[in-house]
Amino acid sequence: MTAAEGEGVTFDNVGLRYGQDREVLSDVSFTLHPGSFYFLTGASGAGKTSLLKLLYLAQRPSRGAIRMFGTDVITLPRDRLPSFRRRLGVVFQDFRLVPHLSAFDNVALPLRVSGVREADLVKPVTDMLDWVGLEHRHDARPATLSGGEQQRVAIARAVIGRPDMLVADEPTGNVDPEMALKLLRLFESLNRLGTTVIVATHDVHLLKKVPESLIMRLDKGRLNDPTGALRYPPKASGGKV
Amino acid sequence: MNNAASKPPALGRKTARGLKPFRGERAAQLVPHARLAGPMPWVIAIMVTLTVIAAAGGLALNNVASSARAELAGGATVQIVEASTEDRNRQAVAAEALLAEHPAVASTRRVPDEELDALLEPWLGVGTDNEAVPVPALIDVRLRQDATEETLGTLRGILEGAAPSARIDAQSSWLAPVFSTISSLQWLAGMLVIMLGLTSAAAVWLAARSALGTNQDTIEVVHLLGGTDTQIARIFERSIGFDATLGGAVGLALGLGAVLFLGQEFTALGSGMMSGGGLSALDWILIAFIPFVGVAIAMLTARITVVSVLRQML
Repeated sequence: MTAAEGEGVTFDNVGLRYGQDREVLSDVSFTLHPGSFYFLTGASGAGKTSLLKLLYLAQRPSRGAIRMFGTDVITLPRDRLPSFRRRLGVVFQDFRLVPHLSAFDNVALPLRVSGVREADLVKPVTDMLDWVGLEHRHDARPATLSGGEQQRVAIARAVIGRPDMLVADEPTGNVDPEMALKLLRLFESLNRLGTTVIVATHDVHLLKKVPESLIMRLDKGRLNDPTGALRYPPKASGGKV
Repeated sequence: MNNAASKPPALGRKTARGLKPFRGERAAQLVPHARLAGPMPWVIAIMVTLTVIAAAGGLALNNVASSARAELAGGATVQIVEASTEDRNRQAVAAEALLAEHPAVASTRRVPDEELDALLEPWLGVGTDNEAVPVPALIDVRLRQDATEETLGTLRGILEGAAPSARIDAQSSWLAPVFSTISSLQWLAGMLVIMLGLTSAAAVWLAARSALGTNQDTIEVVHLLGGTDTQIARIFERSIGFDATLGGAVGLALGLGAVLFLGQEFTALGSGMMSGGGLSALDWILIAFIPFVGVAIAMLTARITVVSVLRQML
């Protein structure tokens, strides 16, 4: 195992099935290198969300091995998982904002869970909300926000703690093209600081906006990696698979 | 949108991460509170009220039994069962004199005939002819120690010659069925307190599960953001602790009101036995602790319930 693999994420022949149904993911193998930018594409029902669930530790695979930041997370005791989850930022497809908390409190939530002092979180949370264009909506509850505004709060919550890996499920689905580009720039900024970014999308225009990105394509639960670039990536800074 | 700011903010340095506790008011906000509008405080208030009444009843019965036992333990009654009034009086005087000299006896009192007439009046009517219906002479004897069978046997031996018609019995033996009933009632009160405690725990369990179901999405989000089971359980523990405190205070007030009212009613009866059923300072302290125990049970139950449900998640 290389040092990069040790700090990254490696899937080895991973399969996932829910109950007795057929596998929704089969023989998925890849390595996400630290500081790389990945797009995950595929048709609806291809298994993108299931793969992301494995990445943000909401699900254990039915078979195979997953190593994350140098640790086998499948055999990891349950009580050690929270410390791994705190190294991840997640943008859920359905946003999953806490309905009775304000936009400010939703964005502050990961910092509070991590034990950051109130005095230390006010400025970053305020700045982040201002930057995603919600400067006048700090106290607004999710129900009073539009879909696009909710999505921006969800993204602000995912990146506020500067995670080691950002997992985003259709993060630009509800925003206009201008905001989509701006959010993508936010992900790139995060990526330049060393965060591994993986964005699930079926927006082909988005893929072209990040030329340095690698593209993973899921087809009926199988990872389409014809060149082996995901499993054995070139030393260069990346390229389209 | 803030178009002037092109560089994303606050990403220049990592936030210190750890497993510090997420607690306090900020954590509590994650679970919306219904407080008095919800059923939980009222369920606990009713449980605490019933527990306070049951506990006060049990403690009062205990005091009645202790007081009666203490009063009767050293008491004995001598009956002179003799048809002839003259012989009855002669034997009574002789028996009283003999008993008064005995070292085991603290005091004696011949129950006056007027007092006996008054006792029998409800059954025999006024102006009973003692010749027609001979009533035994009674001597109330106070012993220096408990009226054991050995002491009573000694006294019987002394009286045998001078008062052959005398019968001596320990007073406590007459009230043995009453003591047995009081003991059963005490057990019943104890069982009631235990059952009410279990019912309260079950109610809290249901409430915690219901709150958990209502807030399932929030819990999942906090869980996926790295919240630990302990952090999430503490949020529910705190919420249910507040409800239980509120309910406990209301329940204690209602329970104490009921106990004081019942106390006044029993005092008004003027029964000698009931007068020994007052609650001591220690009893009141024990009763005041019931809401605290209720809160502790509620919080512990909430914690166990929430942690057991969370453990079903990854």
